[in-house]
Amino acid sequence: MTGEQIIFLITAGFTLGSGFMVVTTRNLVHAALWLVSTLFGVAVLYALMNANFIAVVQVVVYIGAIAILFIFAVMLTRKDLRENTPQINKNWWAGALLAALVFAGLVFLLQGWSGFSKTGSALPSDFDAVGMLGEALVSPNAYVLPFEVASVLLLAALVGAVYVAFNKK
Amino acid sequence: MVPLSWYLILAAALFSVGLFGALVRRNAVAILLGVELMLNAVNINLVAFWRYGDVTTMTGQVFAIIVFAVAAAEVAVGLALVISVYRRRNTVVADELDMMKW
Repeated sequence: MTGEQIIFLITAGFTLGSGFMVVTTRNLVHAALWLVSTLFGVAVLYALMNANFIAVVQVVVYIGAIAILFIFAVMLTRKDLRENTPQINKNWWAGALLAALVFAGLVFLLQGWSGFSKTGSALPSDFDAVGMLGEALVSPNAYVLPFEVASVLLLAALVGAVYVAFNKK
Repeated sequence: MVPLSWYLILAAALFSVGLFGALVRRNAVAILLGVELMLNAVNINLVAFWRYGDVTTMTGQVFAIIVFAVAAAEVAVGLALVISVYRRRNTVVADELDMMKW
């Protein structure tokens, strides 16, 4: 077992454990903080896959913006966090069964796929993934149209979020 | 080098955990937390397929960036809805929001 595999196993256990705490913790502030640690684990996985830019964006956008937004939302609705009411609904066993079935089905489907146990080759030493990603995002032959559509989507979400949450009184 | 299968199985497990959270939680904010876990599992898959396929084609990473943008938009609008509902109905429990049911 190589060092990279050991790092992967530690990170995967940390990520899955934190993810499990996100969905089971009673206190929602703690659940949001567990989400932060899950997102950190995923960022480490991106770095392990040599996707440096994605790892940085994960920390800046997900942890820096989305997780903080969640903590704000939890605090703005804090009165509803009564500790003595159940946090999961009565049919939780059906949800657990469905989640287990989805996992088993995914693993079963993947195992039949020929590229399942593919191992990657090391990147060439002068490989510039960030530069190639930047060129792909603005090149007319590649992904400039989805990039521009994403900016329109973000503007629409910004206006919509302000309109929906605005206190008209 | 870690085999591709490890990443795919981890992503499937994380997706299932997020699905469980989105299905069984009563608090609307906690449901959105489960959706975030599912989106992250999808992103792990996208980046893994970029890394283990042809690395000179950036499609996987570009898709991951688009998923980031969509996730940010989803969280902003979703939490705005939760806060707006909390102002009007004084609850964020999903079972109690049934005024569109009948």
